[in-house]
Amino acid sequence: MTYLHNIGSYFLMIAEMFRKPTKWTVMKQLILKDIDDLIIGSLGIVAFIAFFVGGVVTIQTALNITNPLIPKYLVGFATRQSIVLEFAPTFISIIMAGKVGSFITSSIGTMRVTEQIDALEVMGINSLNYLVFPKFISLMLYPFVISIAMFLGIIGGMAACVYGGFSSLEDYIIGIQTEFIPFHIVYAFIKTFVFAFILATIPSFHGYYMKGGALEVGKASTTSFVWTSVVIILLNYFLTQMLLST
Amino acid sequence: MIEVKDLHKSFGEAHILKGITTSFEKGKTNLIIGQSGSGKTVFLKCLLGLFDYEKGAIEYDGKIFSKLSDDEKRNLRAKIGMVFQGSALFDSMTIAENVMFPLRMFTKHSKSEMQDRVDFALQRVNLEGAHNKMPSEASGGMQKRVAIARAIVNNPKYLFCDEPNSGLDPKTAIVIDNLIQEITDEYQITTVINSHDMNSVMEIGEKIVFLKDGLKAWEGSNKTIFKTDNEVVTDFVYSSNLFKKVREMYLKDYK
Repeated sequence: MTYLHNIGSYFLMIAEMFRKPTKWTVMKQLILKDIDDLIIGSLGIVAFIAFFVGGVVTIQTALNITNPLIPKYLVGFATRQSIVLEFAPTFISIIMAGKVGSFITSSIGTMRVTEQIDALEVMGINSLNYLVFPKFISLMLYPFVISIAMFLGIIGGMAACVYGGFSSLEDYIIGIQTEFIPFHIVYAFIKTFVFAFILATIPSFHGYYMKGGALEVGKASTTSFVWTSVVIILLNYFLTQMLLST
Repeated sequence: MIEVKDLHKSFGEAHILKGITTSFEKGKTNLIIGQSGSGKTVFLKCLLGLFDYEKGAIEYDGKIFSKLSDDEKRNLRAKIGMVFQGSALFDSMTIAENVMFPLRMFTKHSKSEMQDRVDFALQRVNLEGAHNKMPSEASGGMQKRVAIARAIVNNPKYLFCDEPNSGLDPKTAIVIDNLIQEITDEYQITTVINSHDMNSVMEIGEKIVFLKDGLKAWEGSNKTIFKTDNEVVTDFVYSSNLFKKVREMYLKDYK
């Protein structure tokens, strides 16, 4: 029953988020601040992880291709497919569930504990629109982060491939161009938009409806990370099934 | 003026407010007092519309709050100032930005007009020069004064304070009490204060509503509370040794 109640509350929260909009002059600043906190602030860690995981994917692929009949350019092909289809949209989203998700839950949860949300409500402000809507809008720039992750993942793979001596630069470049299907990029970005929505709303839900004190803020952040990850993994499965299987 | 008629509020099985009827007058500091768990905070949150209630009515100047449209509620709330127990200042904003917040949300003033109002409000609470500090850099007393400045900056008709003295030393508490009373007199606001501080009762209790177990046990003022023979009230008022001794001395002199 609790799960059903929470699911219902989650969808009501989303509906409420679009009602009674905050003054545009104020909202504009909130959106810019959230873009800085959630998007710009995540670029460093995303770039670092993407570059090195791209390298590791390439090394693993190269080490597992032992048959001399398999062409060397397949290393580049496998790296591109892994990064574009799964690593960048899904794996980075799980990392963002930890970084951005726990930031959202703890900042909104702290506002709940310290009565700042009550202060907004008393003033007649729709606190869900004021707090969650700017996060939702700023995370619509999330595909930009994922594009960078895709690019740096492939570059990381190239660096590992060439400097590790697994194949030549030419082979790697031929590999990443082989059998390129543009819809795979569309598929990856559809997933990214869905995950951006999840990243903005599930952590906000856990922060907004938390009860208790400082200890519960920590617990809510953990719960939010778990649920955001679970929902991302489940939706990843269903979206892949719907969009790629013919 | 705020009138409350037969207010009932429950949480599940727990019946917290059991039919409170009272009124809070304009231009007066109205205190809601009572022991912890008597329903004071729930009552205040019902008055503010933060909690729905099952039965009864709350009227703001003759208008029943629950029957107002969303826009009317929003307009009414723009006229309410609130000082929370923990001040509830926005951590991410400076003190000046906190005070300016209601003006940015509800008025169409130019930036310089808003700045003038903020300067005035901060000067009114004796916080000139604190504009650029963050709330975390301010003491508890300063934070309370910023919260009062934020509550009065948009000329409210109603001012609510939840335990404005909690966590403050007695001297600062008196400063805050006097400030609230001065502002109430000056702007003829309807002020409702939730407190269990007997100093506040003595200093600014122009009207006092005493709650016990979700019911109104007594109503009066700081002039009549020490003369009442209502046992529930005397138990509460004379629970501290200081007040017990003052009473004994008074009775001795009286005899």
